[in-house]
Amino acid sequence: MSIKRSILGVSIRVCHLLVLIFLFSGIQAYAVDPEIPDSEEAISAGQSIFNANCKTCHRLDQKLVGPALRGVTDRRELDWAKQFITNSQVLVQGGDADAVALFKEFNNTVMPSHDFLSDDDLTNLLSYIEYGDKADPAAAEAGATAEGGEATGSGGGIPNEYLTIILVVLVIVLVLVLVVLGLIVSVLTKYMNKSENLDEDDKEFINQKTDYKGIFKSDGMIIIVTAIVLAFVVKTAINGLYTVGVQQGYAPSQPIAYSHELHAGQYEIPCQYCHTGVEIGKSANIPSANICMNCHMHIQNVEGKEGVSPEIAKIYDAVDNNQPIEWVRVHNLPDLAYFNHSQHVAVGGIECQTCHGPIEEMEVVSQHSALTMGWCIDCHRNTEITTQGNEYYDKLVQLHSESKDALKVKDIGGLECAKCHY
Amino acid sequence: MKENKKTYWKGLEQLTNDPEFVKNADQEFPGFTSKSNQKEDGSSTRRDFLKMMGFSVAAASLAACEAPVRKAIPYVNKPVDINPSVPNYYASTFSKGGDYASVVVKTREGRPIKIDGNELSPITKGGTNAIVEGSVLSLYDEARLRAPQIGGKTAEWSALDGELAGKLKSAGTIKIISNTILSPSTNRAIKVFADQMGDVEVITYDPISNYGITKASETYYGSSVLPSYNFDKANVIVSFGADFLGSWISPIEFARQYAQGRKISKENPNMSRHYQFESTLSLTGSNADYRTPITASQSGLAVLALYNLIAKKAGVSTAGGGNLELNNLSKAANELWANKGKSLVVSGSNDPNVQVVVHAINELLENNNKTVDFENPAYFRKGDDSRMNQFVKELNAGKVGGVIFYNCNPVYDFGGGQAIAAGIAKAKVSVSTSEVKDETASLVQYLAPDHHYLESWNDFNPKKGVYSLAQPVISPLFSTRQAPESFLKWAGNTTSYYDFIREEWQANFAESGIEGDFQSFWDKCLFDGVYISESSEEGEASALEAVGDVATAAAAIGKAYQAQGSGSELVVYTKVGIGSGAFANNPWLQEMPDPISKATWDNYLTVSQKWANENGLKMHEGATKLATVSANGQTFTVPVLVQPGQANGTFGLALGYGRTAAGRVADGIGVNAYALINANKGFVEYHITEGVSVSLTGESYRIAQTQTHQTYMGRDFVVQEATLGEYKEDASAGRYHPEIYKDGEFVKPSKISLWSGHKYSQHHWGLAIDMNSCIGCAACTVACQVENNVAVVGKEEVLNRREMAWIRIDRYYSSPEGATSNAELEQAADNPEVTFQPMMCQHCNNAPCETVCPVVATTHSSEGLNQMTYNRCIGTRYCANNCPYKVRRFNWFKYHDNKDFAGVNTPQNDDLGKMVLNPDVTVRARGVMEKCSMCVQRIQAGKLTAKREGRKIKDGDVNVACAVACPTEALVFGDMNDSQSKVSKMLKVEENSTSALKEVNEERAYHVLEEINVSPNVWYFTKIRNKDKNEA
Repeated sequence: MSIKRSILGVSIRVCHLLVLIFLFSGIQAYAVDPEIPDSEEAISAGQSIFNANCKTCHRLDQKLVGPALRGVTDRRELDWAKQFITNSQVLVQGGDADAVALFKEFNNTVMPSHDFLSDDDLTNLLSYIEYGDKADPAAAEAGATAEGGEATGSGGGIPNEYLTIILVVLVIVLVLVLVVLGLIVSVLTKYMNKSENLDEDDKEFINQKTDYKGIFKSDGMIIIVTAIVLAFVVKTAINGLYTVGVQQGYAPSQPIAYSHELHAGQYEIPCQYCHTGVEIGKSANIPSANICMNCHMHIQNVEGKEGVSPEIAKIYDAVDNNQPIEWVRVHNLPDLAYFNHSQHVAVGGIECQTCHGPIEEMEVVSQHSALTMGWCIDCHRNTEITTQGNEYYDKLVQLHSESKDALKVKDIGGLECAKCHY
Repeated sequence: MKENKKTYWKGLEQLTNDPEFVKNADQEFPGFTSKSNQKEDGSSTRRDFLKMMGFSVAAASLAACEAPVRKAIPYVNKPVDINPSVPNYYASTFSKGGDYASVVVKTREGRPIKIDGNELSPITKGGTNAIVEGSVLSLYDEARLRAPQIGGKTAEWSALDGELAGKLKSAGTIKIISNTILSPSTNRAIKVFADQMGDVEVITYDPISNYGITKASETYYGSSVLPSYNFDKANVIVSFGADFLGSWISPIEFARQYAQGRKISKENPNMSRHYQFESTLSLTGSNADYRTPITASQSGLAVLALYNLIAKKAGVSTAGGGNLELNNLSKAANELWANKGKSLVVSGSNDPNVQVVVHAINELLENNNKTVDFENPAYFRKGDDSRMNQFVKELNAGKVGGVIFYNCNPVYDFGGGQAIAAGIAKAKVSVSTSEVKDETASLVQYLAPDHHYLESWNDFNPKKGVYSLAQPVISPLFSTRQAPESFLKWAGNTTSYYDFIREEWQANFAESGIEGDFQSFWDKCLFDGVYISESSEEGEASALEAVGDVATAAAAIGKAYQAQGSGSELVVYTKVGIGSGAFANNPWLQEMPDPISKATWDNYLTVSQKWANENGLKMHEGATKLATVSANGQTFTVPVLVQPGQANGTFGLALGYGRTAAGRVADGIGVNAYALINANKGFVEYHITEGVSVSLTGESYRIAQTQTHQTYMGRDFVVQEATLGEYKEDASAGRYHPEIYKDGEFVKPSKISLWSGHKYSQHHWGLAIDMNSCIGCAACTVACQVENNVAVVGKEEVLNRREMAWIRIDRYYSSPEGATSNAELEQAADNPEVTFQPMMCQHCNNAPCETVCPVVATTHSSEGLNQMTYNRCIGTRYCANNCPYKVRRFNWFKYHDNKDFAGVNTPQNDDLGKMVLNPDVTVRARGVMEKCSMCVQRIQAGKLTAKREGRKIKDGDVNVACAVACPTEALVFGDMNDSQSKVSKMLKVEENSTSALKEVNEERAYHVLEEINVSPNVWYFTKIRNKDKNEA
């Protein structure tokens, strides 16, 4: 009972969050047609509303937590649909047959009220549901990859494989040049030997042999070679030492084969939906089982399969036995470093992917970044601060205005020890 | 410039310039041997070499292997209010016996980790003291009972309830022994129990009894009340041995009031004048403007003498016997009379006769219902010593059928404790609800352990019209049950105590006629932690009429006290840190240096310098002799501590030590002074004037004192002070303005610098410390220890000068002249002035530590902080050597997870104790330096909140732990770049300056050691004593 209640609590809070996102998205609806308009503006406005408020539980052509929605205006009266979206419980408790049937069908799940949506909003929403992109999942996937590509692309510079190719071509060209030069030298030597008017000195000069042995045995050579070898060994050793404790690429297997690719990628569930702490605290939070249950109360398997998936069953076990799921930590910062998610996400507006990589493509999460101090510092050196609309930075911006460079993290003490170590 | 030629000394060894002291003072790190098995000469042994080798191999192999797998375990069902890593705060109430503080508890992931004061409380007003700050650790005390016990064996609650319900019913007369109960609901629960059982009586006693006052009110005014006191409304305060700033009745409340009356500025250059007449140098006495040492046998007569002086002025007949002449007494009488209605006389005596005279004096001075408030009585002490005494006799006579010890420990902390121990077995049923198996609990049949207060629901009524609530901030750690709930259960009432409290409140709410519904009222009270009943504020002034008379009391006093004592009297006093001893098993409090003696981890006999000279005792740096003390039929062996200011002919011994069943931290430390107390006079008397003998055994002993460890090497003007008269003439009186000769002229030291200086564009954190408000109570030191995971090192390491405290309170004695001979020493130590100076990292803008660190582990921030980076530190200790303030602390050992320190550093060694650690602050490793960080974790958190909310940081968003804890607001922290901040206004900082060197226009503000121009961000305000102008 208590779990259900808290699930309800969480979903209501999530709705509030979504409402906020919606409010800040600044979308204005303006459709006037009483019937469902099919204008592009209305559809796109409706899509925003849908994505912000409905997508967690609904798809157009797929039954999820709630029913598949396409064709709802054919099945129901327009007013009924609007009333249901606004506050379904009014209808259910009012004894409306359709509403009660729906409520029962979906395990008495209460759909949160959306009384903040204006009538125009509702009309736009319904027009999206009616005429919205027919290939909903495919489009979503395409969108996800596009976004992902952007995220990885932001690294900049020339990719590694090109560098190798360029290097190989360069080496080949240089070798060819060497060969050609050698040929030229031998041809010239032969030609000069043939000429008659040469004295002994010239001949000796032309036909001189390089004393390779002497060069190899010379002190200078030995010193240079030793120095190079030593430098190489030291550099390798230092590089090796630097990787101690660096676990880039660490991808432990988890107690539940949870896929970010499926949830964050395919279904586009926002990261904050599960990682609730990311905007308020130091920890992003590994979601508690009750958050999983928000959806998995209804979704027991991947689409098209029968029965309860063995992986999802592990969540049910955890909840039934009150045994927490023991996830394996992927990102381990040393205790001596203080890192706060909300500083970076809520204040800095950094995308999750900047540090965690293309998480929405990861079947198994791996540590994308090195998480070394050098890596932190590099970012602090280069990252500009989002100061707009944040009064906290006003004075700093004003004092920095004389400078030609943008205000970066390093300019406000982002490289200082006690920002992270205390 | 400074005119007076005072000599400041931290301890007697400095005053005498002891060669040993000078030698050790020269060294920042005197060569004490290490704790482990090193050779005598300190060189490494073969074993050490092998260990080092082993370490290298281990380190190499460690580097080669993978990091261990770490788990992240979320909740199954996350509570809505708890977000990992985000702290929650709950208002609650600390109460032990009658000691009371309204608090706010900080929790992380559901664990309480820090106690702060609750600013909404009209009593404690956001202040705390050392005991309240430390009380969070007692929640995680290994000594706590895990489950109920029957006959020493762990049992189930159901079994205990089953057995007890029947046994109590058939026990006949039941006595519930308790300390003062402030909770109305607890009283009601006990009443439910009493109604069910029939013959039940609640007998209240207090370890630190103030029965004398309530009894005196009864004889003099006809109603046994404890008045409220208003120290802030008094221009003249006279205290006879009442340590109202340290331990008397409600010290947090009184400290706030007292400091209120002594905050001065140019606009308001007035402060109260404080006279103290006492035997031992108490915290209160050390703050007094005029202090007179008197013997215990004179204490009653001194009060009587004051009465007679006042009576003469008032034209009332004087009482017989009161013609004792004391220094400052007639001066005090004159000023009291001149400030009629705005003065206050208090006495720490527990003798009802003395308190009758005190009541009479306040009445003559027309202080009643002005500074002594009988209309709003306090309920902090309800103990009845004579009834308790009678109970001990009844118990031993076998007249008590059942006895329940409700959260009290009289076997340990009552004068007749041994008699109770002997008599418990004579009761048919004996029960204790104590949290630990203490001295009393280990003698009873049934143990029904109570929750810790942080696990409990409760309500409190500390004063008329003032209520507060306690709410649990953590689920019970063990199988314990709240005692009032146990009472209800045994009475057959199955209501939970929470519902029971709500019932009570709901009933009162219905009567009160407050608008709104009960739930919102309840929620608000719970949120605020306090509720002030409005009806009480307009209570009708009932005229107090004296029904008793002074003559009877005077006659009794005349018999009991003598102007010339036996020359060997013992005064039993209460320490600020240990208090009654109930929280003795707390290493933070044990290691907290006593504000006066600066001794840690020990109980000792304080003696006067005169006595020491007579007995050939020379004490230096804690090295002293043991003495045998016989009094009241008891004989103890205790170390002796020479205490300046101790009245000749008296000895002092503190309560709260000599525990035998408190837990592994406190057990076996010191002797139990309660055993010496005579409770047979009808009241508990905290001094013994007859039959005390003290003789040195000749055996050597070392007391771990911190005071002499860091010294300024004779650099003067660390303490700058003036008298009020001088201050009124010149606001910068007492200030020392050093000047340095450069290019033919004298300039301020700040004009000469090697450094180009910092620029602080956003924040410039600063701390202002008003030495006039600092009473030296050390609440800040414990608060800092809790907040910053500062390690406890134990007595042995304190002796090695390795204490880790980030903030210390330097206590300076001062006397007119230095001393070289014994006679001069005696004179200087007879009654010195005392100054307290909190000292922590000064966060210098030209920090000497920063320039000498070879690995740049200590650096300067763009906000004025001197940052210490532990993971970069390699432990050269150059910084500590170069610090002029001696505030850096080196981790000589790994203090956490180390069996050598498990017995003292419980917060970093016990699995349970570790729950108290602040997760935002690193637990430091061995071999690194540490120091005050200005609570950088709080600064960062405050900034982040402001940034998240997209606003500027407001003054008060960030505050450091020491300043929050301070009951007198002596420490003020803030942003000096913000002209509206309290600290900027206090310092009168010039506006719109981003430079590090702020121009400060407040005359009293100074930098310690200004002449070396390290330019600290911590400012001190001169100490002003309210003395007549030319008295130094």
